[in-house]
Amino acid sequence: MSPSPEVLQKLTPVLTKRWLSPDAWRINTYEKLDGYLGLKKALKSHPDDLIALVKDSGLRGRGGAGFPTGLKWSFIPQNDGKPHYLVVNADEGEPGTCKDLPMMMNDPHALIEGIVITCYAIRAERAYIYIRGEAVHAARRLRHAVAEAYARGYLGRNILGTGLNVELVVHSGAGAYICGEETALLDSLEGFRGQPRLKPPFPATHGLYSSPTVVNNVGTIASVPYIVLGGVDWWRQMGTEKSSGPMIYSLSGRVVNPGQYECTMGITLRELLELCGGMQPGHELKFWTPGGSSTPLFTAEHLDVPLDFDSVAAQGSMLGTTATQIFSDQDCPVYATYRWIEFYAHESCGKCTPCREGNYWMARILRRILSGAGTYDDLDTLLDACDNLLGRSFCALGDGATSPVTSSIKYFKQDYLDYIEGRKKPLLDARELVGAH
Amino acid sequence: MTVTQQKDGEIVETVTLTIDGIETTVPKGTLVIRAAEALGIAIPRFCDHPLLDPAGACRQCLVEVEGQRKPMTSCTTTCTDGMVVKTQLTSPVARKAQEGIMEFLLINHPLDCPICDKGGECPLQNQAMSNGRSDSRFVEEKRKYPTPLAISTQVLLDRERCVLCQRCTRFSEEIAGDPFIDLMERGAAEQIGVFSDTPYLEGDHAATNTSGDPFNSYYSGNTIQICPVGALTGSDYRFHSRPFDLVSTPSINEHDAGGDAIRVDHRRGSVMRRLSGEDSAVNEEWISDKTRFAFRYANGSDRLVYPRVRDEDGTLRETSWSEALLVAAEGLAAARDNGGVGVLTGGRVTVEDAYAYAKFARVALATNDVDFRVRPHSAEETAFLADYAAGVSPNNGGVTYTDVEQAPAVLLVGLEAEEEAPSLFLRLRKGNRKHGLRLFSVQPFASPGVTKANGTLLPVVPGGEAELLTALAGDAIGPSAEAEQARSAVRTDGAIILVGERLAAVPGGLSAAALLADTTGARLAWVPRRAGDRGAVDAGCLPTLLPGARPVSDLSGRVELASYWGVDSLPSAPGRDTAEMLVAAATGQLAGLVVGGVDPGDLPDPAAAEQAMEAVGFLVSLELRDGWVPQHANVVLPVAPVVEKAGSFLNWEGRLRIFDTVLSTGAMTDARVLNSIADEMGIALGTGDPRRIRAELAGLPAHEVRPTPPSYPAAELPKPDAGQAVLASWHHLLDLGSLQDNAEFLAGTARPAVVRLSAATAAEIGAQDGAQVTVSTERGAITLPLRISAMPDRVVWLPTNSAGSTVRRTLGTDAGAVVSIRTDGGARQAGDGAGHGTGDGAGHSTADGAGHGARHAQSTEEDQ
Repeated sequence: MSPSPEVLQKLTPVLTKRWLSPDAWRINTYEKLDGYLGLKKALKSHPDDLIALVKDSGLRGRGGAGFPTGLKWSFIPQNDGKPHYLVVNADEGEPGTCKDLPMMMNDPHALIEGIVITCYAIRAERAYIYIRGEAVHAARRLRHAVAEAYARGYLGRNILGTGLNVELVVHSGAGAYICGEETALLDSLEGFRGQPRLKPPFPATHGLYSSPTVVNNVGTIASVPYIVLGGVDWWRQMGTEKSSGPMIYSLSGRVVNPGQYECTMGITLRELLELCGGMQPGHELKFWTPGGSSTPLFTAEHLDVPLDFDSVAAQGSMLGTTATQIFSDQDCPVYATYRWIEFYAHESCGKCTPCREGNYWMARILRRILSGAGTYDDLDTLLDACDNLLGRSFCALGDGATSPVTSSIKYFKQDYLDYIEGRKKPLLDARELVGAH
Repeated sequence: MTVTQQKDGEIVETVTLTIDGIETTVPKGTLVIRAAEALGIAIPRFCDHPLLDPAGACRQCLVEVEGQRKPMTSCTTTCTDGMVVKTQLTSPVARKAQEGIMEFLLINHPLDCPICDKGGECPLQNQAMSNGRSDSRFVEEKRKYPTPLAISTQVLLDRERCVLCQRCTRFSEEIAGDPFIDLMERGAAEQIGVFSDTPYLEGDHAATNTSGDPFNSYYSGNTIQICPVGALTGSDYRFHSRPFDLVSTPSINEHDAGGDAIRVDHRRGSVMRRLSGEDSAVNEEWISDKTRFAFRYANGSDRLVYPRVRDEDGTLRETSWSEALLVAAEGLAAARDNGGVGVLTGGRVTVEDAYAYAKFARVALATNDVDFRVRPHSAEETAFLADYAAGVSPNNGGVTYTDVEQAPAVLLVGLEAEEEAPSLFLRLRKGNRKHGLRLFSVQPFASPGVTKANGTLLPVVPGGEAELLTALAGDAIGPSAEAEQARSAVRTDGAIILVGERLAAVPGGLSAAALLADTTGARLAWVPRRAGDRGAVDAGCLPTLLPGARPVSDLSGRVELASYWGVDSLPSAPGRDTAEMLVAAATGQLAGLVVGGVDPGDLPDPAAAEQAMEAVGFLVSLELRDGWVPQHANVVLPVAPVVEKAGSFLNWEGRLRIFDTVLSTGAMTDARVLNSIADEMGIALGTGDPRRIRAELAGLPAHEVRPTPPSYPAAELPKPDAGQAVLASWHHLLDLGSLQDNAEFLAGTARPAVVRLSAATAAEIGAQDGAQVTVSTERGAITLPLRISAMPDRVVWLPTNSAGSTVRRTLGTDAGAVVSIRTDGGARQAGDGAGHGTGDGAGHSTADGAGHGARHAQSTEEDQ
């Protein structure tokens, strides 16, 4: 069944528009397809006007929190005598999220162009892309693209003869989820152990090397050239009043055609499912994440929730990274939760007590439930552990970890009880528990 | 709405907030947890420590703040105007949050309190009782670790007890500057660990612990004390005692001139451990490992218990106090009348003992031949001390720790603070870290203490200090860019010059320092190495200075003092200093010597000193432990160690640090022994009771006449040929000093002894880094592995009194002398770096052997 025209209308390829072009990642292709025109246009305006433009566009951060980008830029103190830095967070690690890596694989120059424009706007002469350590392929392609951009004069000294200088470094992390947290990322980039910093002071004044720093997601920065070229009005045609522009929804799980679907913000899962060919045959939607595992689960009753920042929040979840993982009636929410908590336990940096201990021990309890040795008290303990973790941890990692636990117990308590009361065969056995990780 | 108010004459911005319904006004920037403390509200905490930067890691101190949607950590939240805070006392949310965190912390804690050193004084134990749930709901198996992990020979880590508050790692990074431990792994596997790969700590930080891992910190013991659980324990104390069996007595550090407040814990007559006391004006809450762990020196089998007298046939026999005092009194009276008696007090003396020696010399022995210095010294120093040290204290404008911390710039000359004044080093580092203090150090190479305080080195050849200081005092540019920085820095308001005792050995050095201070307006302070030195100056243990900073040459001062003491007159001729007394003793000009805690090995020429003491007609030794001097004395009178007596030290600031008896053993102080000898001589010295001595000292009429500052010329620098070098040397904090005896775990963290040369000089003699280099004089030779350092050419550095490097004993000389250097040329070999010197062949004892010989021959040597 092909999608209806109304739904097809909501498909708005902007950042993804070049992805299917042959050799889309090469600078020649990019230049042919409007590449670096946004930069040339941007360099003719005043940096403050660019900040105002991005503010007016309503662009919100694509990394999960949805902080207004223009506002973030305007926090950078000007004429303070300190170097300014732009750091692009390409440490895409949220389970289910797959939008930045294909972006950097297919259209790295859009990111580079966005970086140069942003550096010009915030008066930074040095930018870093902090890319996830495992993404070797993307890092390689990105480095190649950076070299191309240097060769063409889009990076380096006196860019396009305007006197603008921007040095760009691609830095690979070492594979830690916590380094997606902006201050942990900065510590890691400085060569320290990746752990979140005490805030305040905030990165806008004391970021990289204690200097004013903007940390933005790949998708955020890559949007900038389009806003500059297309203008505020065009950008605001897409999305909603408070969540403007297009958004890349990464669909995965029990759907016919998983992948990245760039749609106007506020599309619903029902429409997205139409675009991706629906659920796989024989599968019925049971639960899904609106924005990665750190966002509370949704169920089939949320099929018509508009997927924009505010509508999703109003329904008790978060838009997050728009990583839409779709699970069916053949998937077990208890096991999924267990796997997620194992992930958080493994990725907790260990700095603060509730996240370090809470996740570790919750994973132990979930494992016991799945092995058929759970008790009714375990559910209360899990919920109370979440209560002692949510809002008590040092950074948002701990907060996010409670989402799958509380939401799965909220919607699927019966599944837990099935294991506890012996109606479901244990998924894990004792042997598996020995030395399991 | 921020108000300003007068507080101690200062204008302080304040904020007013409410905590648990109580309105309070605190200085702006105060953390909520501190404001609550001031109200008597104890918020539980682990990672928080007032002297460490806020971390917010343990989350135990969560409180509810009105208007905030989640609980806030009170250890990271600063008070703001109008803030309404509710702690666990009034907020169910805060109480629940704290109980939740405590439950998380306790899930993995072994709860082995009954066998844990910390049990009974444990913040985790206490706060689990006051702020925790009654039971845990988590039943899974706990994480286990091999235990203990040796962080060094003296600090052990039980990781399963650790709550990962990171106080220890933050201490090592923020306070000590020695990155000897850090977090490893992440999540539930996170743990405190030590670096095991050597490359991290190559160079000046390299040292080895028992596992062969690099380890080096003089302050690591503090981590044991600030650990809020029993995770870090001391090898020496582990499983030896329970806190509730100990009797705690506040005391004062006797190992250096810092005057650190300490706490001595004893049980059934023996000291079990020492902790740092709290004194924000002095050592804050930190002490060096030497101060913490070196306290068993008086417990050995060499402790003197009974007096001894030498019989006609030359044998030394134990005897009664009455006989020994009588023999001493008669012998001293006879010697006094047949040429005179000199008094060498040593540097370990308390103020009271020093005063007794000074008074005994003047009243009972009728001489000014008294000196506390058992190290290289000079007449220039005598004059300098009279002007720049005697009588100076924080009460009359003396430089203090706080002044140093707040100073814009500090210039060190002849002073390696980390090695010679460890508490001062921590203040210098804190000043740099918190207030931008700029440290300049005049020495041959940048030692770890200079590097860690972000100091700037002003390199000199030993002996060249005077010339450099004079240049800084002058108007001419140079001699280097660093010197130019120092020239302007030392002229900034509040700049401080600190000179160490070693500058006494540089002709013109102290004069030049005084000149520099006078020219620039910088303040000048003298920082000796030993605990007793500063007090001995004020007590009058100098040949030209009477108690209370009265010059011997000043008639009115003498008359005043004589009348105060109730004697007819005081000797008017200036006395001899230590070196002169030893020469006089050797040549028969002096008939007797009274020797306190002196080890001949500390004197510039130990062999000559021993010859002098053997030659003198009558030798009285007041000693703690058997050693060379008691073995050669006519009368030996045992005296009490610091722990067994009451008294006081003047620290380098001139601050009086009074301490009481920890162990009452009946052992007599030097002052009381001298009092008894004087009694036998028919003289009432009145030094039997330390409180009476302090009252007598305090009651001394104020003295106004000040001597003139010294003005001695600099000496010409020696010009060593190829194969020769000018010797530079100072003591390592942890070395062969006898006060560190019987502290084997402490000894394991001593820095290895190395010889240092510049790259060019090493090349000149054909030595590679790590090669065995031999430093020799006509007397002997020291061979140690080479560490090539950035330093002036044809300068060689050796530690003064370390294993394999007893410079004065083996070489018979000291810093500033020209010595020969040569090498076998070989590169670094396996096993090098352990600091074992090898011998120089026929005619010379091995350096190592000399080291041990010297160590065992020492008695109460106070080599600090």
